[in-house]
Amino acid sequence: MHTQETDEPGLIARICDGEKELFHELIRPYEKRVYLSALAMLGNQPEAEDAAQEALLKAFRGLKSFRGESKFSTWLLSIAMNEARSRLRNSKRAPLESLDEQADLHQGDFTPAVLTDWREIPSETLERAELRATLQSAVEGLPPIYREVFTLRDLDELNVEDTARILGVSANVVKVRLHRARMLLQKRLVPVLKSSFAPRRGWFGRASWR
Amino acid sequence: MALNCKHVWTYISDYIDGSVDAEVRLEIERHLEHCEICSAILDSTRNILYLTADERTFAIPVGYSDRLHARLAAELAASDGESP
Repeated sequence: MHTQETDEPGLIARICDGEKELFHELIRPYEKRVYLSALAMLGNQPEAEDAAQEALLKAFRGLKSFRGESKFSTWLLSIAMNEARSRLRNSKRAPLESLDEQADLHQGDFTPAVLTDWREIPSETLERAELRATLQSAVEGLPPIYREVFTLRDLDELNVEDTARILGVSANVVKVRLHRARMLLQKRLVPVLKSSFAPRRGWFGRASWR
Repeated sequence: MALNCKHVWTYISDYIDGSVDAEVRLEIERHLEHCEICSAILDSTRNILYLTADERTFAIPVGYSDRLHARLAAELAASDGESP
């Protein structure tokens, strides 16, 4: 998440002193990231939107407890992540605890899909809704303990230390889980992407993926 | 130390993040020069990360910001007289 130029500590102090309307301005640079993190975690648009709203309301109510020990953006994302985690825990589809156990049982099963050549899929291919849906469902299909690390590191672009702080695990655990998340995605996506989306040398001499 | 393919796979994520030490990095690069399997695994992983992080992959719904700020405004109004 990028930092921005406004005087954040100043804004926060003024909001806590009663200029509450400024909260709109405070969170505007981060509201998309909060939603997208919730979406990557929950995989459902209306629920992700509700979770994002709820997280930002909690941030308002708890603003006085923000001490500036971490960046404000990191603090916001940790509230969003907790909101998503508690929704996952309360839903029947993906209890975090049992998935933790499952993940432990699969120690060592994180080898990539083996292939001998890869023709890069250009980002323009994302204009195809089918590719977006394929990528989304692969991320949503990761066990939550890997999905949350992947979301914070690769989607929110947080560093290892901030990710570790938000999730309450060590930096080394972040690295191991991120590696596994990426290998699981590679293994799951490579066969699908290669057969359905990879550009082929077609009749027109160039890529014919359109 | 010569790395085999399985060793290289364990370093792929750290290699992408630039967090392997110089000696290991050199060994990985030496391996990649002659191993098309590991090169393809690395390329495909990078490509997948690039695509998933693209802002089009997980998109913001129309009206999200308006709905959010309306709900915040209601909360702010309801908390009149109190600071957060």
